[in-house]
Amino acid sequence: MLLDIENISVKYGNAPKPTIENFSLKMKEGEIVSIVGESGSGKTTVIRAVLGLLPGGGRVTEGDILFEGKSLLGYSKKQWLDLRGSHISMIFQDSGAMINPIRKIGSLYVDYIRNHKKVSKKEAWDMGCAMLERMRLPSADNVMKSYPFQLSGGMRQRVGIAMAMTFEPKLLLADEPTSALDVTTQAQIVRQMMELRDEFGTAIIIVTHNIGVAAYMGDEIVVMQNGKVVDRGDRDHILHHADDEYTRELMRSVPTLEGLRYV
Amino acid sequence: MSDRVPVLQVKNVTRRFPASDGRTLLANNKINLEFFPGETLGIVGESGCGKSTLMRMILSLDHPSEGEILFKGKNIAELKGEKLRQHRRHIQMVFQDPTLAFNPKMRIRDIVCEPLLNLNVIKPSEKEAKARELLEMVNLPGDFASRYPHNMSGGQRQRVGIARAIALEPEVIMCDEATSALDVSVQKNVVELLVGLQKKKNIAMGFICHDMALVSQLSHRTAVMYLGNIVEVLPSEKIHDGALHPYTKALLGAIFDLNMDFSKKIESIESEAPSPLDVPVGCPFQNRCDRCRDICKQENPALKRMEEGHSVACHLY
Repeated sequence: MLLDIENISVKYGNAPKPTIENFSLKMKEGEIVSIVGESGSGKTTVIRAVLGLLPGGGRVTEGDILFEGKSLLGYSKKQWLDLRGSHISMIFQDSGAMINPIRKIGSLYVDYIRNHKKVSKKEAWDMGCAMLERMRLPSADNVMKSYPFQLSGGMRQRVGIAMAMTFEPKLLLADEPTSALDVTTQAQIVRQMMELRDEFGTAIIIVTHNIGVAAYMGDEIVVMQNGKVVDRGDRDHILHHADDEYTRELMRSVPTLEGLRYV
Repeated sequence: MSDRVPVLQVKNVTRRFPASDGRTLLANNKINLEFFPGETLGIVGESGCGKSTLMRMILSLDHPSEGEILFKGKNIAELKGEKLRQHRRHIQMVFQDPTLAFNPKMRIRDIVCEPLLNLNVIKPSEKEAKARELLEMVNLPGDFASRYPHNMSGGQRQRVGIARAIALEPEVIMCDEATSALDVSVQKNVVELLVGLQKKKNIAMGFICHDMALVSQLSHRTAVMYLGNIVEVLPSEKIHDGALHPYTKALLGAIFDLNMDFSKKIESIESEAPSPLDVPVGCPFQNRCDRCRDICKQENPALKRMEEGHSVACHLY
């Protein structure tokens, strides 16, 4: 078992009610799990908890998170530094916003690599370029010499994925990775993320409100509402045979081509 | 259906912006569109294709470099001063992000009645009653009138945005990604509300959106934009199997639809759209099109009528 989330509850600050309640998830290597739900349903909180990145006094009050059999909850700062960015990585909705806007991609990338591995600047630069090229970014050297704002949204997202995949993490956490992108770019990024599994054997948790993307990518789809899991299962189950009324309603709300027409 | 009279016509509208180094950014290139009463025209395209520029010109927030925008036969691109102010009541807008569209320090009743008071349609003493009436029209409880925007959910706020847009009983409403910030179930309710209001009041709507599936559900006709050009206009019920332009097909292929064949790999064009600062000579789509021929590199195809309500700008047809 790669990741085993056992019945966790997460609370922020002095909130009387936990933000997520009794959430469990088991993942094997190379598995892709999609978490869907509306805003405020707690989907992002789940993956933030896995990486120990709960903001504002958020904490796991119950349950345990095991990564490769070891509990992550008692990790020291040093242990987290070793884990994050090399064994578990994360990509965000807008990778441009996570990159320091006044530093060039290359300078940041080299820093990142040298933080995790003892290599020279030159070696780190070449590693970065190689990784960008693997993510099909044309003229990687140019990208390394650019500021984030000089790249398009799709390119920035590829840079984010390239950085996240540099140390071939076993688990990739993706928080709405395609929500800021146009449909054609979204399709490119989704395809690329699917290839990560084939190429690196990476397991992926993708959090999204795009049910189509979730269904396309996920081996398992988890539907959340108000911090609880209301339904989970494979694509066929969630799309066509959901037990839960909320899930069925959610599926009916998704606009489809050839679907219901209002006019 | 040639006896229908468009309420709003966009005729040969071009908008250029000066850019650095003496270059020009071509945001809209000879756009022709018509809006009919009681009908929705969906406008789809990727970011940077000029959808919002076009909408700003329709709302008289910007002026075309060339061409005219006719509202009931009158060119509104030339209006100025008081005439322009009085004209604004006819074309209203619903914004993408309802959190940013309101003054956070104004109560809902002041927000929805502001346009009415500005144009002296109602007296200040009638405000309370009018605000309730407008809120009830968008299926919100009348008591919400004394709330502030932050005390409402996203869907409720968007309803307030719609209430404000219909307050002046406009003939045309432009929605710029009006449902993109909402969850799907909320989106569904807002869409049903918009469609219902349109039927009741016979409003012409422009619905700018990047979700092709949603546009196909709620609009009568759909215009596809690419790099400042309208490349295809087609009846929305034909989007799924009647689209002709390679770009429209590429957009459709890239959609993750719940009814899609999940065993097939998702298709998409690999490249990205060129910058509007250097639009290629000829067809704007040439460098991403797999059926590009010599003529595509020389001549920009004009919109050609294929059949009633369906035209396409492509040398293949």
